[in-house]
Amino acid sequence: MGVMTAEPRPVVDNTSDDPTRRAALVLGGRDFGSVSEVVCEIAERRKPTTGWYIAFAISAALTGVLGAMIVYLIGTGIGVWGVNAPVGWGFAIINFVFWVGIGHAGTLISAILFLFRQKWRTGINRFAEAMTIFAVICAGVFPAIHVGRIWFAYWLFPYPNQMAMWPNFRSPLLWDVFAVGTYFTVSLLFWYMGMVPDLATLRDRATNRVRQMVYGLLAMGWRGSNRHWQNYERVYLILAALATPLVLSVHSVVSFDFAVSILPGWHTTIFPPYFVAGAIFCGFAMVVLLAVPARQWFGLKDLITLRHLENMNKIILATGLMIGYAYFVEFFVAWYSGNAYEHFAFVNRQLGPYAWSYWIMVTCNVISPNLFWSKKIRTTPWMMFIVAVLVNIGMWFERFVIVVTSLSRDYLPSSWGYYKPTWVDLLTLLGSFGLFFMLFLLFLRFVPMVAMSEVKGIMAEADPHHGPSGPAAGAPADHGRVKV
Amino acid sequence: MAEDRDTRSDDGDLYGLLAEFATPGQLVHAAEAVREQGYEKWDCYSPFPVHGLDRAMGLRDTRLPWIVLGGGLTGAATAILMQWWMNAVDYPLIISGKPLFSLPANIPVAFELTILFSALSAFFAMFVFNGLPRMYHPAFRSERFRQVTNNRFFITIEAADPNFDIERSESLLRSLGSSHVERLED
Repeated sequence: MGVMTAEPRPVVDNTSDDPTRRAALVLGGRDFGSVSEVVCEIAERRKPTTGWYIAFAISAALTGVLGAMIVYLIGTGIGVWGVNAPVGWGFAIINFVFWVGIGHAGTLISAILFLFRQKWRTGINRFAEAMTIFAVICAGVFPAIHVGRIWFAYWLFPYPNQMAMWPNFRSPLLWDVFAVGTYFTVSLLFWYMGMVPDLATLRDRATNRVRQMVYGLLAMGWRGSNRHWQNYERVYLILAALATPLVLSVHSVVSFDFAVSILPGWHTTIFPPYFVAGAIFCGFAMVVLLAVPARQWFGLKDLITLRHLENMNKIILATGLMIGYAYFVEFFVAWYSGNAYEHFAFVNRQLGPYAWSYWIMVTCNVISPNLFWSKKIRTTPWMMFIVAVLVNIGMWFERFVIVVTSLSRDYLPSSWGYYKPTWVDLLTLLGSFGLFFMLFLLFLRFVPMVAMSEVKGIMAEADPHHGPSGPAAGAPADHGRVKV
Repeated sequence: MAEDRDTRSDDGDLYGLLAEFATPGQLVHAAEAVREQGYEKWDCYSPFPVHGLDRAMGLRDTRLPWIVLGGGLTGAATAILMQWWMNAVDYPLIISGKPLFSLPANIPVAFELTILFSALSAFFAMFVFNGLPRMYHPAFRSERFRQVTNNRFFITIEAADPNFDIERSESLLRSLGSSHVERLED
């Protein structure tokens, strides 16, 4: 079966940074065949584990709660939420920005790391992309239901209508429709296209008619032809090049919802880069949060190695520092501008009625990622899991702080107010997590969760010059190889 | 070989030869040799894109990126024209004293539609250029070819190739280190 490497593989700890040797990204002495085996086996089990059923039951129940809350909202009216006169944007916008932010890591891993030739992305890109798509679905629920009369939500789209009206293209809220819509579409294309060769693997391994038909249809008759791979690779590169500015644009556009207004605390030019850094920060934390249990339960430690996790933790650390810097610069600018309203808005965040949420945010986002300076914490799964949870909590509170503190106390003290979420708000948020995890569990069950063809392509055996059977001397020995 | 193959008549509808190789190195080596023999209707198959195989096969660079450029330009033009016509011509509405048409306010949507149209054209062009979806291919009749998505590498030479000669082509493939050569029927 396949090709085994000539030399033994002594490395189990592949997190060493010894520059004289290339760290292995696939461990356990696996060859091409055993990569297919370990990944496909998960989607081919006749029955998933009991743990999967329990997790699925819980998340499906929570999805039901989400549905019930939406029905209740539509049937009764927006008054079931805690939004009030000064704070017209409550949980709906907070959750929207939170979920869109989570959705940024997938495309970042698949596109930006691809352009930078970071080969370790191959172990995690498939399920990071899946996570992106599901997070954007969760995000999409909220703008749709927060418009008030949701049966008119389709007015957001420019379609010819009997009212002879068109949407206002000078509004950032409409830019959002296009940005998030494009992001979802492109992420889905990227995900599906990357999966076609792996779906063909499942088709070729299928033993019963139904699986052959379903995976066969989805694989589109893919047969690994090199004339196809040529176009395929080119398109993959182009999609990566298109998705890279797209990732950066989406959260920039989301931040315009705030930055284009004239509210103190929102009207700042730092918002687009600061939002993008935050999105990458919490997106990677969500990938770590999902990867740690998934690699454990499905026996994928050879493919999603500690090095993969450690690399992600380093990105979390770096973006966490950027976030901390952004918080500091916002403060500095508020003071340096000499604008009394800006000044008040920021002091109010730290010391006002919502100071508790501000300090949760700082603790989780600025302090907790610094734990990743320690290699021990960066490479210990349960420890990084805790940090990842903290980061996600912190990033949710960041959006809470931005939305609520600025709205609840703006220019005119007589119109100040205090925003409290209702039980409907809280259950809707909880339900959106249910939807997210339910979709993710279905993905784990039916689709290859690691990009097999890409992982095989980065193995040492995949290099035509590997081993004794390579072509004659004279060909460049190390072309296209990049150290990871 | 596929069992159901025998149900078909054997009246010479030969598609070509299928040769199996064990490693990417052998495949690249064999592809160079097959190209040098002057074959034109032939192909390589692998579970993942093999580095250097395009050059070994002597494939021309794909023209697909031009389609994507066209898609992107269409997207940008669509977005600008749409926003101008809808907000400044067909339904002029003054909002906050802003101009009816100004480029800066229209950039975000123009950017997004450029990306959207480019990505859609790239995606569909890939399938069109590759002639997919195509559910049937003679190679699928081979039981061994199922391993092409797992860990095996293949070359087919079509009988329609002017250079094709069943004996000579078969011995060429064997001499290149193929562990298994079989005849494919259409």
